[in-house]
This record gives sequence, structure tokens and C-alpha cells, in this order.
Amino acid sequence: MANIEIDAPGTSQLFIGNEAIARGALEAGIGFAAAYPGTPSSEILGSLAQVAKKMGIYAEWSINEMVAMEAAAGASYAGIRALAAMKQNGINVVSDFLSNLVMTGTGKGGLVLVCCDDPSAISSTNEQDTRPVAKWLDIPLVEPGDFQEAKDMTKWLFDLTEELGTICILRSVTRIAHARGNVKLGELPKKQHKAHFEQIHDLKHVMPTTFTPTPSPFRHFILHTKLDKARDKFESSSFNRYVGPDKPELLIITAGSCWLYSQDAIESLKLRDKVGILKLGTLWPLPEKFVTEHLNKSNKVLFVEEIDPFIERSVMELAANFSPDTKRPVFYGKRSGHINAYGELNPDMVIKAISTIFEMKYQPRDIDYGKKAESAAKSNVPERTMTFCAGCPHRATFWAIKNALKLDGRDGFVTGDIGCYTMALGPAGFFQVRTVHCMGGGAGVANGLGKLGQFGFDQPVIAVVGDSTFYHATIPALINGIYNQSKFILVILDNNATAMTGFQPHPGTGMTAMGEPTKAVSMEALCRSLGAHVEICDPFDLKNTTNTLLKMMSEDGGAKVAIMRRSCELVRAKKEKSPYKVHIDSEKCIGEACGCDRLCTRIFLCPGLVWDRKAGKSRIDEVICSGCGVCADICPQGAIVREAA
Amino acid sequence: MTKKQLTKDPLNLIITGVGGQGNVMISLIIGNAFVRDGFFVTVGETYGASQRGGPVMSHMRISKNTQYSPFIPDGCADIILGMEPVETLRMLGKYGNPNVITIINPRPIYSIDVTGGHAQYPDLDGLVQTIKELSSQTWLINATEEAQKMGSHMFANAILIGALIGSGVLPLDKKSVEPVLRETFPKEIETNLVAFNKGIKLVKT
Repeated sequence: MANIEIDAPGTSQLFIGNEAIARGALEAGIGFAAAYPGTPSSEILGSLAQVAKKMGIYAEWSINEMVAMEAAAGASYAGIRALAAMKQNGINVVSDFLSNLVMTGTGKGGLVLVCCDDPSAISSTNEQDTRPVAKWLDIPLVEPGDFQEAKDMTKWLFDLTEELGTICILRSVTRIAHARGNVKLGELPKKQHKAHFEQIHDLKHVMPTTFTPTPSPFRHFILHTKLDKARDKFESSSFNRYVGPDKPELLIITAGSCWLYSQDAIESLKLRDKVGILKLGTLWPLPEKFVTEHLNKSNKVLFVEEIDPFIERSVMELAANFSPDTKRPVFYGKRSGHINAYGELNPDMVIKAISTIFEMKYQPRDIDYGKKAESAAKSNVPERTMTFCAGCPHRATFWAIKNALKLDGRDGFVTGDIGCYTMALGPAGFFQVRTVHCMGGGAGVANGLGKLGQFGFDQPVIAVVGDSTFYHATIPALINGIYNQSKFILVILDNNATAMTGFQPHPGTGMTAMGEPTKAVSMEALCRSLGAHVEICDPFDLKNTTNTLLKMMSEDGGAKVAIMRRSCELVRAKKEKSPYKVHIDSEKCIGEACGCDRLCTRIFLCPGLVWDRKAGKSRIDEVICSGCGVCADICPQGAIVREAA
Repeated sequence: MTKKQLTKDPLNLIITGVGGQGNVMISLIIGNAFVRDGFFVTVGETYGASQRGGPVMSHMRISKNTQYSPFIPDGCADIILGMEPVETLRMLGKYGNPNVITIINPRPIYSIDVTGGHAQYPDLDGLVQTIKELSSQTWLINATEEAQKMGSHMFANAILIGALIGSGVLPLDKKSVEPVLRETFPKEIETNLVAFNKGIKLVKT
């Protein structure tokens, strides 16, 4: 991660959007930051935590998004500027708290929620759009259009939230959050934070000594006045601007990364003198006067935005209130089919929409070259199905689960969850996982399945969950399974890190976000205290793990817990050398003549094992192999040899 | 401000390979060197699947004038640095054009589709020939092989950065990149500098 605390105002740095947001928060003088990791948002808290001690601020990885948001609100109540960061799914986790927080108002310290959405669900299970949440819950929402704005907007938003006395959302998307660009730094404040829960008495906080949503109708009315004030501020915001001819043939209304795509598109089409871009930075509430003024510029308007038609609908709502004799432009966007209402956009998709409206052809490269290149790629480039890293403990765990379920013979199956192990839906985990929803969802689904015995259900159910996910959202489902005696095994894949999002610590690791040792919350002690039967396995011991699971499946009683304990290979490899040097004994490997049907390369599918077509034998790819040695235990010929490295 | 000129504005560079090879690190080093030389740089990365053996690419847009989007439009790559050969061809299929320049490390990384026998990795000589035919100029740099001679395949990245700089296709020289390398690899800087210089030498021979 970049050095976000560098004290060099005026210099340009190459920051990802998340680092720019974190820098903006530092420039705004925040004192408190909390988050739960989730791609594409994780680097915001990650980079703040890295510099927290030096900057005299506090940063934590919270157990989940709800606690992160609540903790940040607590800091706001004591007068400290606070930030909570999350990905789009986190919004669902915090929405109960948020829907009350908007009524109570914030404290003297500004409170900002940063949410990074993931159009196309590149690192997610869904592509939920956060913008309608702002409208739903009456929260001012802004969205940066580039990296510089990501920093500047964050800083400005803290002033706004304090002025309004309500929480504000900064929404970002993957292509800003995780892309890199120039950021010119501003000054870092040199102030000391002083926290005190004051008994505030002013008009903004009508019920001064209590932060409570009641009386609701009155507080709801106050909230609307705050939104009106936000709209007034947005009318003159420099984050909203028009660039283009005075009377464009087409007006594009856009925001966020789509603004960059729109600029690329009109440059590629050489339409700078015909197309204007109205770039919005403050999306809710909509600055109606500002938009109306520009809407009159053109007869044609194209909305370029990802996922929901949020700006499109807001502007149409605005136009519906124009006086009857006002001329309305033709609107192009999701409703007209020019822009998809799913998946992320890119410059080519915007080029296509514009060239359709202008009825023009766009040819970026020589046609014959294009045909030749496309056909060469199509016929030569093999698929790259995602898989667990070489040496990943999850591969071994799912191998044991697969064999245990097979040996049990009752058609058992696995309910899944969110993490690297979601890949067990595919060949990486031998297609063992059958359901995936949200954090903790697999254990919840297992609760229902485990109570179906009276209807003749006797299939073993295994709910798999990562260690970080266990703390985040699985504990209530486990308690429910014990209390209601639901028959399932909760398998906790304890690799001692939040691996998929970048190895952040969690309550079980004994380490805080700021690198301080802390009391680890033992998952086995917790589960046993709930009354669960708990087993702990090393997944690399395939035989013992398989037998343990098989035995647990045959036992009666409510929810049980099997902890698969083995460090994430990427974490281990940073600390120590490989335990083994693995090679194939080419005398012993008899290839196709063996009855195993290429068990190691075709089924086990560790990327470190390669089927050598010419030799008709397996071999090790020494660049990929991590030396875990697990494959030596699956070869029926004993041809895979592991020697201490 | 720099006196060095871009051959085209924006200059569109793709760095491609397989998750875990280090394309993000290369794009960071090159990108930082450009920003320090006074350019606007936008880098779009493939994230999420990056550690899990998936195809990865970094799109880098370099300009004197403005901040471009993190996506290179189809057919508009100027330079492709391929850390893996079939991934280079994958990029040419979508972003190539008759003027594109390619620098490739010909060491294959097999996917589980290939190792599992569901897909076939193309014949390497034919693959390199196809890449050459689709490029205006191609440099073959045996980065993995040379790095292994130095003790670890990990040094392949510094060799490839050296090759990219040594080829002269970017308005960046050794002096701009070396300080960034020193900051990125404070521990193993000497070996990485040897690798970097080896890359410069390899591309010139």
C-alpha cells in the first residue's frame, strides 16, 4: 500500500481510489475509523490502520460492518470525526442501524460512511447499487469521478456532515476504488483530538441529551430539512460541472467512473464539438436547479451510469414536474436500451451507445487484423478456471469432505459461504458446495435442513465457513442450531486470516488492525461454551480429517463444530520456507497404465501438478509448487515423493 | 516537468499474466516512475481472482494532459508486456492492432483446465510465431529461466521491467525507475537491480 501519510502538500502521488479516500480522511482530521474487510473497499481501513499510530488516530477491523458503523457513530457522539468503510453487502448489514441513525442525527464529530460498490460483481456475489439506499433512508450521497476527487470529496464531506448534523455516504465503485491515478496532496492537520460526550443544546439536535429516533414523525421532518439544506449546498458544488459546447447535439449526464468512460468515448468518436458532458458528483439529493439549467441545452440526453437507473429516474422525476409548455428532451439510457441495467460499463459500451444515437460507424482497428487476432486467441488460449493456490489448506479440507460424504453414502452435501472457499462450487473444491448467499448464510440454511428429519430427510449437511466469517455472522446461526437441536456440522476453515480480502486480522488472530497484540477470542472455547461438540483437525492430515467428519456425521444431536486449522499458504510462505521439496518418481508414476485415472492432475487439481502429455506421466511445476506435500498422500503408487526441504 | 515525450497520447500499455505472477507490482513501479516524471497515469487492474491462477491484466494509460479511464478501449493497446505467452495472445485478440509492440516472457503457466486435461496448451513455438505475426515488433525475454539462474523465479519481474525500459518503447529511463525499485524492494534491492540490468541487457541483444 502507498504511503498515505506523506507530508508533502502539492506533490502528486499514484494512489488507488481507496488510498485517496483514506488520505482525504486524514486531511479532514478524522480521529476514528472502523471497517470490516470487503473487496473493493478493504484498502481504506487497511491504509489508515498502517499510519494510525503515527497520525494519532484510532483504526480497527470490526467484527462486522454493523459494529463498525455503530462504533464510528459512538466516536461522532463524542465529537470525533469518524469514518466507517464497507463493500455494498455491508450496507445490508448496517441498514437497521442506519435507518435509526438518520433520525437521531450525528454528534459534533462528522460521520461518513464510505461504500465501495462492485458493478459486475468482480469480487462479490451480487452487484447491489448503494445509491437507492441514500434515497430510501434520506442520506446525502456523493460519488467521486476520479482519484483526485476521491480525496477532495472525502475531506469536503466531513465539513458537510458536521454542518448538516447527519451522516453522509461517499459511494465509490471498483474502477475508482481499485484503479490507480494521480492525486495531488493537501495539508495534513496538526490538531489534537479531544473526545467528550457533550450534552448538546442547539436546533440541529432537538432532543439534546439523547440520541434516539423518537418522536419519529418530528425527527423525520427535521431530517427532510437537512436534506433540503444539502440540496442547496449541492446546487453550487464544484463536483458538479458541465464541459462541452453551448448547444450540444447530445448531452451526457453521468457520474463516477462512467464520467471517465464518457470522456474516452467522445474522444474516440471525435465528437467533442457535438457532445457535452454534465458530470454529477452530488447524486442525492439531486441538485435540481443545476440539472434543469443544463437539461435545456440539448434535445437529446443520454444517461451513462452503471447498475440501477438512479440518475435517469431522478432526472425523469424532475422533468415530470416541468410546466406543461416546457420542451422535454428525448431521454436515452437504460429505459431505451442504450445502456445495460446490469454489469459494469467501459468506454467501448459508451462508444456503442453514442454511435447508435448518431447512427455512425466506429472502427478502432483494421478489420482483417481484428479477425485474425480474435480467431488466433479463440483457438489457442485455454480457459483459466479459478482455483485454490498451490498449498491451500482448503483443497485438502474439501478433499476430506468429499471422501467423507462418499464413504457415508447418504448423498450428503455442503452449504457454502463467502470467502476463498466459495470456489468449492467449482472444480477447485470438487464441486462440493451447493448453496451460497451472504456472510453466515450457509449455516443459517443448514439450520433449516437439519430439522427436516421428521419428513424423512437423512442427508448429512455440512456448513462451511471461514474463520473471519464465523465471527462476522455465523455465531447466532450456531447458537440457533444448538438451541433448536438442528443436525448439521459447522466446518470452520480456520486459516488464521481474512484471506480473500488481503489477510486482515480478526478477533481470533490475537492481533489488532494497528498491529497491537490483543486477547484472541478462541473459537473452540466459544463453541464449547455454547455446548457444541467440537473437533479440531489439521486438514493436511487427510486420513484423520476424513475419519473425524465421517464419525461426526453418524452421531445424533444438534449442531456440531469441526475446526480445520491450518494457516493460509500465502501467509505462511511470507514467514517461512517450504516444508518439503516435492518431486515425481518417474519410475513409480505409471501414468495412464495406473488405475488412478490421473487422480493427482485431473481430480486433485493442484496447479503445481502438471500432466506431461509427451511423457505420459505427472510432473511438478517447481515455479508453482509450494511444497505442502499433501499430494504425496493421494497417489496410490506412492510416486509423489516429499522430502524435507 | 519532463522533456521526454510520449510517442502517442494517451500511451496505452498492458501488463498481463497469471494471478500471483506480480503484474500489479510491475504496474506500480512503472506507474510511479511516470507520475514522478510529471505524467498523468491511470492504472486499471484485475483484482479479486488475482491470487487464484486467473488471467490478470493491468491497463496503464499515460498522458501529459489528463486522467484517462482505467480501461483501454478494444483494439487500442500500444504496448503489451506479457509475463505469460497465452495471456499475451488473449490480450492481442481483444486489444491488439497492427502497430502493437509486444515484450514476452515465453514461460507457460498451465491452468487447471490444462493440467486436468480439459484444455490443451498450444505448441509454444507456434504460439510465439502467432504473437510475432500480430505485433509490429516482438521481444522474447526468457525472464523466468534467467531468474531461476539467479536463484529464484521471483526475479523475473525485475528482469521484465528492465526489458521494458531497455527496449526504449516508453519515455522512461533507468534513472527514473531505479529509485522506485529501491523503495519497492528495500530488502533484496541488490539482486533486483542485477535482474533489472540483466533485463536491459537481454532486450538489447
